[in-house]
Amino acid sequence: MARVIFRWTVLTVMGVFFLLPLVAMVEFSTRDPETWPLLLDWPRLAGEYPALAEGILASLAQAALTSVLMLVLLVPTAIWVRLRLPRLRRVVEFLCLLPLTIPAIVLVVGLAPVYAWVNYLIGGSSLTLVFAYTILVLPYAYRAIDTGLSAIDVRTLAEAARGLGAGWTTVIWRVVLPNIRSAVLSAAFLTVALVLGEFTIASLLHRTNLQVAIEFLGKSSATVSVAVSLTALLLAFTLLLVLSLAGSSSKERRS
Amino acid sequence: MAGRSRPRAGALLGTVPFFAFVTIFLVVPTLTVVIGAFTGDGGRGVTLENVRALADEYILAAFGRSITLSAASAIIGAVLGALLAYALVTAKPDGPLRRVVTAAAGVLAQFGGVTLAFAFLATIGLSGFVTLWLQEHGLDPYANGVWLFELPGLTLVYTYFQIPLMVIVFLPALDGIRPQWREATASLGGNTWHYWTRVAGPLLAPAFLGSALLLFANAFSAYATAAALVSQGSPIVPLQIRGALTSEVVLGQANLGKAMALGMVVVVAVVMTLYSLLQRRTAKWLG
Repeated sequence: MARVIFRWTVLTVMGVFFLLPLVAMVEFSTRDPETWPLLLDWPRLAGEYPALAEGILASLAQAALTSVLMLVLLVPTAIWVRLRLPRLRRVVEFLCLLPLTIPAIVLVVGLAPVYAWVNYLIGGSSLTLVFAYTILVLPYAYRAIDTGLSAIDVRTLAEAARGLGAGWTTVIWRVVLPNIRSAVLSAAFLTVALVLGEFTIASLLHRTNLQVAIEFLGKSSATVSVAVSLTALLLAFTLLLVLSLAGSSSKERRS
Repeated sequence: MAGRSRPRAGALLGTVPFFAFVTIFLVVPTLTVVIGAFTGDGGRGVTLENVRALADEYILAAFGRSITLSAASAIIGAVLGALLAYALVTAKPDGPLRRVVTAAAGVLAQFGGVTLAFAFLATIGLSGFVTLWLQEHGLDPYANGVWLFELPGLTLVYTYFQIPLMVIVFLPALDGIRPQWREATASLGGNTWHYWTRVAGPLLAPAFLGSALLLFANAFSAYATAAALVSQGSPIVPLQIRGALTSEVVLGQANLGKAMALGMVVVVAVVMTLYSLLQRRTAKWLG
């Protein structure tokens, strides 16, 4: 009995602490009744807050492109290393997990000179952030894909396909990839969620994205910026929640 | 395995895109920070000047405040997170309560940055929801000055992602505690107090400390939340680095920023090494 009381006391107090800011955001963003209708009206939003519209579009494009670049770079490499270069696995793993120990603010300091070259070679578009973001999501994406690859017998699959005359591209694209679909999907989900929330690198490399736009807007129009924050937040929450619930149910099925 | 593979050079070719990309956007930036920290401004030549400048009073003070903030939010987050994790462990292991709370913790631990700062501005900012409510009831949280944009405020805001992170990293250790140990304590004549101080406490201590260190590193590396909340002054190291980055042309202190960045990496590396040592100890019993 004492345990049950303890459990519900802790859960209630924590529940209030964690829900209060979200409730406050709802309350704050509805103080001006015009705010939410404005958010749903894209042409008007783009007209009144062009910087915000630009940031939203930039973030969506960054999220999509980062997912693509991450998959193109990581999936074939991870499969290839497992099949042909098992000795390199340690190195690849180390490099992929390295960004976890380097704070983003430190990475920016080192990226600044690299981006001076990027500016010089391909220009200062906000889409160039995709390179840095691919590095940022590497640890999460690698873990997801590596878990997926560990769950299947890549070697046997590849040997069977090779024995039937398939080339390496066919092995990777048509044999292994369909088998790690859910791992690839979760890597992409994580990437999208992380990119939508990124601020540090974009703001310090003087490029725009959703978070930079929200921060800028916060100085002039607090209500709209809180409303956009809430929307972005709910979007990321939904993505991650679907991911974690799907993950836990697939684990159950396996066991 | 090695015998049947074709020439290794051919196999290595397949990894070239990955290694080339990682070299340009991860290895080079990392080396830039390390080398830049020991290079004089505007030219070559090895110098210890930047690293020595770290001993300047204002930079030391910033490191001190960063460490205080990270330690405070790590301790609060670790204690409250452990309580929450314990509350979950006493619930049904596959019940909906536990699944929902763990999923929510996974999401909230990732929550940070500008949106988190704005969430707290809407809550206890000067015209926030809770602030107004308290003032209506005759209580002014800011009677003694506005603390939201200083260390106490940052600590409070950081707790919001520290507690969920603690739940995620500490829950597996709590799950490792076997009910048989409690029964064994009881059959040897021990009571609950003995169980917690002599059995479960010592077993969980390395896991708890290790998780707290992870929380410390997490808070220490955080930038976006503080940047969105604090617009005046640079109380903590990440904000000092922002200052050095944005004013480098004016002051000619480009490499001081690199030295501070290196200082941050050193602190994080020390903390993470301790963490992995404690992890190994935890795995002995609770793995």
